[in-house]
Amino acid sequence: MKFQVDDLTVNAATGAVSIERDEVADAPLVVLLHGAGMDRTVWSQQTRWLAHHDTRALAVDLPGHGGSEGPAITSIGELAAWTARLAEALGGPVHLVGHSMGAFIALEAAAATPDRIASVVLMGVGAAMPVHPDLQTAADADDPLAAALMAGWMHGPDQRFGLNPTPGMSMTGTSRAVIEACPPGVLGPDLAACAAYGGAVDAATVLTCPVTIILGTLDRMTPRKAAQPLLDAMPSATIVELPDSGHAPMMEEPGAVRRVLGDHLGRLAA
Amino acid sequence: MIEPDSHRFDTRALHAGQRPDPVTGSRAVPIHQTTSFVFDSVDHASGLFNLEISGHLYSRISNPTVAVLEERIASLEGGVGGVCTSSGQAAFHLALATILGAGDHVVASRNIYGGSHNMLNLTMPRFGITTTFVDPRDPQAFAEAIRPETRLVFAETLGNPGIEVLDIAAVADVAHGAGLPLAVDSTFATPYLIRPIEHGADIVIHSVTKFLGGHGVAIGGIVVDGGRFDWAADGKFPTLSEPYDGYHGITFTEEFGPAALSMRARAEGLRDFGGCMSPANAFYLLQGVETLPVRMARHVENTLRVIDMLDGHDAVSWISHPAHPSHPDHDLAKRLYPKGAGAILSFGVHGGRDAGRKFIEAVDLASHLANVGDAKTLVIHPGSTTHQQMSAEDLAAAGIGEELVRLSVGLEDPDDICDDLSRALRASQR
Ligand SMILES: Cc1ncc(COP(=O)(O)O)c(C=O)c1O
Repeated sequence: MKFQVDDLTVNAATGAVSIERDEVADAPLVVLLHGAGMDRTVWSQQTRWLAHHDTRALAVDLPGHGGSEGPAITSIGELAAWTARLAEALGGPVHLVGHSMGAFIALEAAAATPDRIASVVLMGVGAAMPVHPDLQTAADADDPLAAALMAGWMHGPDQRFGLNPTPGMSMTGTSRAVIEACPPGVLGPDLAACAAYGGAVDAATVLTCPVTIILGTLDRMTPRKAAQPLLDAMPSATIVELPDSGHAPMMEEPGAVRRVLGDHLGRLAA
Repeated sequence: MIEPDSHRFDTRALHAGQRPDPVTGSRAVPIHQTTSFVFDSVDHASGLFNLEISGHLYSRISNPTVAVLEERIASLEGGVGGVCTSSGQAAFHLALATILGAGDHVVASRNIYGGSHNMLNLTMPRFGITTTFVDPRDPQAFAEAIRPETRLVFAETLGNPGIEVLDIAAVADVAHGAGLPLAVDSTFATPYLIRPIEHGADIVIHSVTKFLGGHGVAIGGIVVDGGRFDWAADGKFPTLSEPYDGYHGITFTEEFGPAALSMRARAEGLRDFGGCMSPANAFYLLQGVETLPVRMARHVENTLRVIDMLDGHDAVSWISHPAHPSHPDHDLAKRLYPKGAGAILSFGVHGGRDAGRKFIEAVDLASHLANVGDAKTLVIHPGSTTHQQMSAEDLAAAGIGEELVRLSVGLEDPDDICDDLSRALRASQR
């Protein structure tokens, strides 16, 4: 679907069902936020499932990504403020599901605008997200090497072998193609925004909404131990560790992530 | 500069798409000889049928053994995914049927496999899809044949019968300039010799029957999705960018992005046309793909030896292979095919149709049959077999002289191949 935030068009996948159907009028609004240089389609194993399981799900394209109008927003703080305005445009508090850069955005939005954010689910996240200098250089130059480097690192080492839960598809090939499709001049600033964000632990300390964190044991971009300061700052968060996932559990263990999302929303409804 | 973390080509030929079976420890890819897969629950079943979640449900749509071959070839080609089919022809049909509808038009190379030519020239028009054929050596000819209703540009990376070498990047530029995808049949080349997606192709089709399978034991095909083409850019490809009633209004580009084509090809094409690959065939073909790098290197090496021998033979009037300096694409092939331009060649036998027939009767090691890409050396003389009804003039128009012999060079000792051919050539002149 397309809608407006700040007079700019935002595109979101809604699992091919309208979020405006009467029967879901009171269902939770779930907004899925992608990571640096990616788009809504990273959630293809969750969006349509959520949409058919009593939620109003929107996997959005961040400004300047996928089908959303630019310019891209270049700091986590401003992206979080944009997310709050997005929640307002949708007419209600939203549950945020964030991956990597999207997890930082969710964390910051929940801390800064608690009235707009009902809960957060984070994955592929650490207290900080340092970016390899060669990756930053390639991304700044819009060199396709950046997509290849990210596609290689963002999945667990077993994805060098493959065996994608989606029959016939190459996970690293798909991730690379998503990042390659990122408009020029967007990936570099995205990565720089991740590297520059130093507010994760502070945000985690002040936020009050329910939090679930999914940790991939094989995550090489935000290694398991890099998440510890975040976990320490949120003693009441629900922590789920997925042993076969790297940095992108929504692709690597899509079924487990669906279950965690269902459990998270179920706990809140109870 | 740091390198992407991925296995290299030869390693992926052996491993991509598979990990040892966690339940049994099976190292080889198991043959999942089953039609169907049990559901965990009603919710799981409805999720699978509704494309909410992915997984196997029925072997017409997907099968774990076939999926290994799909993911492996997709990985070798550098694509986002693949859909295997019962034959190379079924793969070509699946690609066409997924992208095109009645009223659409194709611009295709005129030097393509006869079966593909028949499909475009004779069969597809019955379904409202027409084709203009052009010279594959002339990118401008592709540009000039594009019409408002054109939706696809198609050619072979190494053509038929003259091993015309496609300048993939130049033709991709023409296609993309008109907002169209370029699909290539790369059967003769295999991803070992060229990876068309790296040069700008959007879809790669293979008859896996040939060098990928490599042993002449099973028929199969694949459509590899490059994942780079923007199907939603201007509304030209409604099967991918418009809601589809077949799955409650799903829009494939919206939900699946770069995987839109492969997802639609499987979810609609295999579901409705049913041209799926069997798990047993996938297993046979996987055995071939595992050794593709070593086999193709030897195929090419033997081919160069054969070309050398033919070059010096009195009974040979001409040789058509890009490695031979007389070939019009000799220089282009050097640039695009540093490892060699394949193991299929044709040559002329002095004495025309009659000499061609005598040559074929006299070969002993080379097998006389209608196939290419076997581990064994194969030979055919179209003038006395597949094209025997055609007049000399019609043959010439099809680029097939009466004297033409086509050879698919195998993996035998090259001296034995050369001895056999050279003896048969002498016999042809008696
Ligand atoms: C270049 C090419 N494409 C496609 C095909 C068709 O493949 P299959 O026989 O697997 O249907 C062939 C078969 O000869 C071929 O040579």
